[in-house]
Amino acid sequence: MRRIYADYAATTPVRKEAIRAMSPYFDKHFGNPSSLHADGRIAADAIKNSRKIIADIINASPEEIIFTSGGTESDNLAIRGIASSNQKNGNHIITSAVEHHAVLNTVKDLEKEGFDVTIIPVNKYGEVDPKEIERAITKKTILISVMHANNEIGTIQPIGEIGKTAKKHSVPFHVDAVQTFCHLPIDVKRMNIDLLSVSSHKIGGPKGVGALYVRKGLEIKPLFTGGPHEFNKRAGTENVAGIVGFAKAAEIANKEMEREKRRLEKLRDRIIDSILSSVPGSRLNGHPKNRLANNVNFGFVGVEGEALLLMLDSMGISASTGSACSSHNLSPSHVLLALDPDPVKAHGSLRITLGYKTTEKEVDYIIKAIQISVKKIREITPKIEGVTTY
Amino acid sequence: MAKRSKKTVKNSSSLTNSSLYTQKVMEHFMNPHNMGEIEDADSVGEAGNAVCGDVMYLYLKIEKNRIKDIKFKTLGCAAAIATSSMVTDMAKGKTLDEALKITNKQVAEKLGGLPAIKMHCSVLAQQALKNAIENYLKRNLKK
Ligand SMILES: Cc1ncc(COP(=O)(O)O)c(C=O)c1O
Ligand code: FES
Repeated sequence: MRRIYADYAATTPVRKEAIRAMSPYFDKHFGNPSSLHADGRIAADAIKNSRKIIADIINASPEEIIFTSGGTESDNLAIRGIASSNQKNGNHIITSAVEHHAVLNTVKDLEKEGFDVTIIPVNKYGEVDPKEIERAITKKTILISVMHANNEIGTIQPIGEIGKTAKKHSVPFHVDAVQTFCHLPIDVKRMNIDLLSVSSHKIGGPKGVGALYVRKGLEIKPLFTGGPHEFNKRAGTENVAGIVGFAKAAEIANKEMEREKRRLEKLRDRIIDSILSSVPGSRLNGHPKNRLANNVNFGFVGVEGEALLLMLDSMGISASTGSACSSHNLSPSHVLLALDPDPVKAHGSLRITLGYKTTEKEVDYIIKAIQISVKKIREITPKIEGVTTY
Repeated sequence: MAKRSKKTVKNSSSLTNSSLYTQKVMEHFMNPHNMGEIEDADSVGEAGNAVCGDVMYLYLKIEKNRIKDIKFKTLGCAAAIATSSMVTDMAKGKTLDEALKITNKQVAEKLGGLPAIKMHCSVLAQQALKNAIENYLKRNLKK
């Protein structure tokens, strides 16, 4: 059976061009970028070129790009780095309720260490109100961290406005752009962003590599001690091949960004419109328009998400769910709970995320498979007034 | 080495290539046995899982203290549906006393095991059965 991959928010297939670009850096150009000899210089040049590619895409300078092991490390480096080097200025951090665990669990960890954390709630679409951020700022605020777009429901945050607020109050502003880098235009200067996390494997690059943009002059304490790599901000011999593959993927994804966005929006809306109009008791999670071009997130009354996911899996489709039953602690996703505290509603969540390989034919198959699966699972579901009825 | 490759083959032949559930669980999930309701049931049992919000209803047709027919409806994960299906298979034809002795561990074992985090789903099935039988016994004792 041919499989249809519809989980691009989780990870993406590596682009052929990226694989080809990486390949020589495993054997032919295997040198350590820190070495002075020719082998080392070739590797160092590759990193230099890659750094410039990433910097240009977000309107930064190469010296402002720190290569890391991925989005999680970038988020940690940004938040812990600012927290550690700003203790004299204050101990208050502001973030949102729908952040990725890489951010949320990091600030919660800092809270245990004595930092004050304000978690800003979101509206029913998952949007953060910039005014609420402004109201939360105190003299002791040392960081605002808000994601560009949410990985589960795709809702896009008003980063430009929050950036203005942060600048007005001179508070460093961190943005987790893991889901938007090369998917939405980002200009760190125009948007007043001080720190920006990006990851390679969400844009057709290899896993285990990413970057953190750190605005020039902003001091951050490194996560680990070691050599002077990455402008003294991230010790350890660089993942040369990974970085080269990351940059190649970014170059292509950035070039195709506008066209791909329009193409995916059409496919996304085709799924949303077909399902909402043909499946009773279905609901769209997240904002109807202000969402990532590749993100669809449904709720189905009387359907449990893990069952739906496995049913689709058996039909050859890879999707995702925020249902309690699929999680390790048996609680529904914190993002869905932030939109609506009723755990029953989070039960039947299904996330479909599209990408550069998704075709119209695949989308039509996905629509049919969802219709069939939901019907099949509902045949097993007991009728309970107000819970499984619609 | 030979052992290892055998294992790989076994995994890849399972319905979804999923390492979460056994093939048996997937079979019962995809084609559950005894699924539905019994209109004129002699007893109905209910069990809910407060943690993840899942529910199961179990319907019994009883003749001479023996389970003649049994059906279920479940809202829950694949493990909950598979254990519901399996518990009905196991209880069918048994006397009420025998059926009461079915444990959730036995249900899970019959399915080739469940991931540790999914063991509570098998409790759901066993409790719905127990609840249905107890409801029946309570009503008949009163008579
Ligand atoms: C919004 C967001 N932040 C951070 C991460 C973590 O990125 P990585 O997998 O590269 O560590 C992800 C991906 O799972 C994400 O979607
Ligand atoms: S019924 Fe919720 S985890 Fe199995």
